[in-house]
Amino acid sequence: MRGSGIGIQRRGLACALGLAAIACLASAAGAQEAAAATPKVDTGDTAWMLTSSALVLMMTIPGLALFYGGLVRSQNVLSVLMQNFFCAAAISIQWILLGYTLAFGTSHGGLVGGLNFLGLDGVGQDPNADYAGTIPHLAYMVYQGMFAVITPALIIGAYAERIKFSAFAIFTLLWATLIYDPLAHWVWGVGGWLRGMGALDFAGGTVVHISSGISAFAAAMVIGKRLGHGREPMPPHNLPFTVAGAALLWVGWFGFNAGSALTSGGLAASAFVATNTGAAAATLGWMVAEWITRGKPTVLGAASGAVAGLVAITPGSGFVTPMGAIAIGFSGGIVCFYGIRIKEMLDLDDALDVVGVHCVGGTWGAILTGVFASKAVNSAGADGLLYGNPGQVVTQLIGVVATLVFCFVGAFILLKVTDALVGLRPDEEEELTGLDLSQHSERAYVLGAMPE
Amino acid sequence: MKKVEAIIKPFKLDEVKESLSSIGTQGLTVTEVKGFGRQKGHTELYRGAEYVVDFLPKVKLEIIVSDENVARVVETIEKAAKTGRIGDGKIFVLPVEEIVRIRTGERGSEAL
Repeated sequence: MRGSGIGIQRRGLACALGLAAIACLASAAGAQEAAAATPKVDTGDTAWMLTSSALVLMMTIPGLALFYGGLVRSQNVLSVLMQNFFCAAAISIQWILLGYTLAFGTSHGGLVGGLNFLGLDGVGQDPNADYAGTIPHLAYMVYQGMFAVITPALIIGAYAERIKFSAFAIFTLLWATLIYDPLAHWVWGVGGWLRGMGALDFAGGTVVHISSGISAFAAAMVIGKRLGHGREPMPPHNLPFTVAGAALLWVGWFGFNAGSALTSGGLAASAFVATNTGAAAATLGWMVAEWITRGKPTVLGAASGAVAGLVAITPGSGFVTPMGAIAIGFSGGIVCFYGIRIKEMLDLDDALDVVGVHCVGGTWGAILTGVFASKAVNSAGADGLLYGNPGQVVTQLIGVVATLVFCFVGAFILLKVTDALVGLRPDEEEELTGLDLSQHSERAYVLGAMPE
Repeated sequence: MKKVEAIIKPFKLDEVKESLSSIGTQGLTVTEVKGFGRQKGHTELYRGAEYVVDFLPKVKLEIIVSDENVARVVETIEKAAKTGRIGDGKIFVLPVEEIVRIRTGERGSEAL
């Protein structure tokens, strides 16, 4: 199950040389902008899109990093922060070399993009008429890149506290390239088969949340439970981190959802309002459910509810009214409150509830988008069940099921491949000592005179 | 020479310290500890997972006292630390064989 240290170094070197070669070829090819009929750059749209890109990066670091970091035990907090940081760094590079073109390049059978944008060839300061015709193509690319960064980072919650860093790095890069990039193409790429089918996913309920959620399911299955799980208490070590992280996610999500309007104006405003409303309603929904069933509302519940609502409103954020957002958010908070029980029922150690919040929340939101979507909000969308088009729910379900199947199977295979390459888990003593020390030789909290 | 060791409720520390000071004791060592006797713990709730926490935070005081002062010190701590509710703690008196003041090298009761 374990690769030797030297073997990993050789493989790593080969990968680095390969990527460097691709980069050299791409720049040598010489990027020439198409001069004919370039659409005009709107400075308002561009300002908003660059801001949104920054907001979405903030969702990963430090938003998700703190949210997850606070939930794990203190001996593993650095490993979670490191994993999030790595996603930001590695996917940022993978995206500009390869990921962007696989997702948004010229479609091959509606399944994956070609290599026409390899190394950002043809991606310059002029807009691309197919994708966001009023902002520089680079702005669209980098905005999308931030989504590519956060999606694999979400899966961290499933295998937290028991994965080797090398395994995490390899799996993340493989998953980003072979699962995320094609899926983004299906839903957002020109010619993508789900996009063509009429599935409504404004900001990535399927591409980001259902994909990571169900991949987390596969990961929890394959990697197994944490040592001591079910016997030892493993409460969150730093809830202030978690709540701060959730707040950063809420704020950042305005970039995630309202930025998906790709313009600055009425649609962005509508998505912004829907997002805030969905988050707020879900916070209350989870709190109410918890207060009634458990006697007290917890701050972790409030924070989790907010995130669940943000997930649930994501696919419909640019298609529903504020009232629709209340319904989606409030019900989403309650549904996810119960959704986190799934792992108990299946005896699965999904350490940070990625399945219960992202998979369940994303699925719920996708289906309800088929109910509450209205062309009065967004004429480029569709009407849902409430507006006389029950068929939209079916279309939504197709998108959901396709995503679930593709991502579950794909993640499962990639996890097994990674396991064969380097082994997924650290050995028992490394896990018990904590990943911070065993994987990174660092302690998060150096308090007082005595080292622990 | 005796060591008086007391396990008390953390919020009582200030009161005990002041009372000891008022009877002339100089010096005290304090550690934060966890423990339980008959006092029940509490339940914590994290995303639906309930944890019963038996161990309660307490404060341990250690003070070295000459034989003739032991009774007064014990009584002072007992009065100051008492709330009348379960979990108030306990006081132990142990014999001490030797004391050394590191700075001067003084030994025995001169090092007190």
